[in-house]
Amino acid sequence: MMERRLFILQRLSAMVLAPLVLVHLGLILYAVRDGLTAAEILGRTQGSLGWALFYGAFVLAAAVHAPLGLRNILREWTGVGLRLINLLSLVFGLLLAGLGLRAVVAVVA
Amino acid sequence: MTETLTVRIWRGKAEGRFESYEVPARANQTVLDVVTEVQRSLEPALAYRFACRVGVCGSCAMTVNGRPRWTCRTHVRRLGGEGTLTLEPLRNLPHIKDLVSDLTPFFEKWHKAGGRFAGTAGRQDPPQRVDPQSASRLAASAAIECINCAVCYSACDVVAWDQDYLGPAALNRAWTLVNDARHGAREETLDRAFAAGGCASCHSQGNCTRHCPVELSPSQSIAGLKRSTLFGPPKVGEPG
Ligand code: HEM
Ligand code: SF4
Ligand code: SF4
Ligand code: FES
Repeated sequence: MMERRLFILQRLSAMVLAPLVLVHLGLILYAVRDGLTAAEILGRTQGSLGWALFYGAFVLAAAVHAPLGLRNILREWTGVGLRLINLLSLVFGLLLAGLGLRAVVAVVA
Repeated sequence: MTETLTVRIWRGKAEGRFESYEVPARANQTVLDVVTEVQRSLEPALAYRFACRVGVCGSCAMTVNGRPRWTCRTHVRRLGGEGTLTLEPLRNLPHIKDLVSDLTPFFEKWHKAGGRFAGTAGRQDPPQRVDPQSASRLAASAAIECINCAVCYSACDVVAWDQDYLGPAALNRAWTLVNDARHGAREETLDRAFAAGGCASCHSQGNCTRHCPVELSPSQSIAGLKRSTLFGPPKVGEPG
């Protein structure tokens, strides 16, 4: 049952990521082409609940999706025991979530 | 003068060597014909396996020029090996002797994947009705004619990497049961197909489908199982 839940989590988080990645890429193109400065970008993101939610969701989805993918790779390609792999993936997920959310706070707070 | 065919055959178990034999090249010969000719006229101790010789029993599969194939219906001429043939036992399975692999792990995984049918009706009950045109029955029918040859299992790289992976044939079997209105343990089969080493390990590259001699698509069946776990199992008609 656990494997099935993890599979569902990984695929659902991928479905969340897909549109977010596209918007994120579009946003990068827009910011670069318009030559926005860091100050201008921060001016738009600070205090914006919309961007906070957008990047918050992005970070959380990536923090679920990527560690589960990493877990699959470690299982398939290393002889490491499943318990250690679970632990490593969990730590990686928490790290991604922590660093990511800190970055979100830095641009919207 | 007769043309000859050079056949390199694996002799031994995990440890062994290739030995070369020369047999006449005939206009119409299958790989199994060639092995039989070698065994009858050159190497009586050669071990190999077959039964039906017509593509039904699934017992004659070997690695032919590096690829898993059923040998009774593989014509030498169509392989284009230019007068040579290299034969080994199926990979991803323990080797017993020469061209014979041990299929025990392959069949154990059928059970592990929830492949055992659980009837819901007894012999006193009327036969259950299944609409042959229902979506679930069509899905089951598309995957049902597996001859248990283990060609797909041998073709799958994930099986080679992960000894616990259930493999394409077992999961293909599970998919037919998940679509079978008469099967009493559809949820359980889905759970088992998703336990550690199940569907989630498949990367959908389709080497199984590419090699299946009866043109089933285990990769599509596995995709069906994955869809079922995300969006719910297929609707099967009420057994009536
Ligand atoms: C556009 C958004 C994304 C989609 C649609 C997506 C989809 C998928 C899918 C379907 C798999 C399973 C592949 C398989 O089992 O063969 C996968 C695996 C994986 N993904 Fe993503 N992904 C996305 C973004 C990301 C991001 C942003 C990361 C990293 C931060 C990531 C990291 C991984 C890793 C490490 C794997 C494991 C590779 C494997 O199992 O073969 N993905 N992804
Ligand atoms: S599609 Fe899945 S089962 Fe088929 S060969 Fe690839 S990994 Fe193996
Ligand atoms: S799915 Fe095809 S290749 Fe695999 S065991 Fe069945 S018949 Fe053989
Ligand atoms: S001998 Fe029966 S399938 Fe080849």
